[in-house]
Amino acid sequence: MRVALMLAAVALTAGCATPRNDLVVVLPEEGGKVGAVVVTDDQKRQTTLDKAYASARTDSPDMFDRSPGMKAGPSSAEEVKKSFGPALAARPARPVSLVLYFTEGSTLSDESKAVVDRMFAEIAKRPAAEITVIGHTDTVGNDAFNDKLSLERAQAVREILIGMGVPAPNISAAGRGRRELLVPTGDNVNEPRNRRVELSVR
Amino acid sequence: MVRSISCCILSAFAAFLVPVIANANDVGQIKTAKGAVHVERAGQKLSATVGTKIQQSDTVVTGADGSVGITFVDNSLLSAGPNSTLAIDRYAFDPTTHAGAFDSRLSRGTLSVVSGKIARQTPGAMTVKTPAAILGVRSTEFVVRADDGARPDTR
Repeated sequence: MRVALMLAAVALTAGCATPRNDLVVVLPEEGGKVGAVVVTDDQKRQTTLDKAYASARTDSPDMFDRSPGMKAGPSSAEEVKKSFGPALAARPARPVSLVLYFTEGSTLSDESKAVVDRMFAEIAKRPAAEITVIGHTDTVGNDAFNDKLSLERAQAVREILIGMGVPAPNISAAGRGRRELLVPTGDNVNEPRNRRVELSVR
Repeated sequence: MVRSISCCILSAFAAFLVPVIANANDVGQIKTAKGAVHVERAGQKLSATVGTKIQQSDTVVTGADGSVGITFVDNSLLSAGPNSTLAIDRYAFDPTTHAGAFDSRLSRGTLSVVSGKIARQTPGAMTVKTPAAILGVRSTEFVVRADDGARPDTR
């Protein structure tokens, strides 16, 4: 009986407390794609927000306004910016992936020289750029040869980066040999598209 | 040839590049920081700037004029506006399989989230808690505001 009263008191207190006004708004991704957020509140109510600017707030009895444009929250990029401007402005630059191709050994192909420029630009945008460099080969030669060659390619790019002024600890370089072919081939196939270094700049 | 071009172009901004010391416990790095920002780690209050590494169990706090942006190793991007408290409760990521778990908690303030490889590989493996809700993330972008209950509700 006493326990029941206490529980009732707790429930009453919880019920009377001002509900928290948490707000979630789903945004369209670059290119217009929209993912989803599954929202579960402390009363176990649940909904899936999967449209651009669909929002939910936890203080309204009909917390889950499913469609964009309802009163739950901001319903346009402009309104979101009003409430979330500083958080959005603080977003880090999106990570990018780039690929450099090699004619043979660790000599860059002519086309890849333009990509090197792009790589400079992406690194320049980021005050604390972290770069991952992964070397790959085609299937000419055995594993031991290609493991060594892929690492040499990665290190050649690493040297370019260090020459550019990127601190060595910010670069990680590794070789994957012929294990991750961009274009699947049989053994001993000369395939320029597989002779590459994949860079990720974050 | 390539190298000489690189040197010319890059010497201009090389001064801005911040060296970072890699550590197995590091799960992310601060990429943008404005105003007052600090990290609470194991009871210590560390000042945080661009280049500061983030670890599991860290709490990132911004002041009234502060904002901060963090890139995590799975490419998740989290950024917080002023007067925000963001705890990284759990972070695990396998760069080979992309399996992982990322649980964070926004107890006050505003947060922008661009999910990364963890949420893409395993929908729901990334969650963000607020005072009154838990958000399960499927590969997406969203913003969230946490009501810390401290101020009168004027919204």
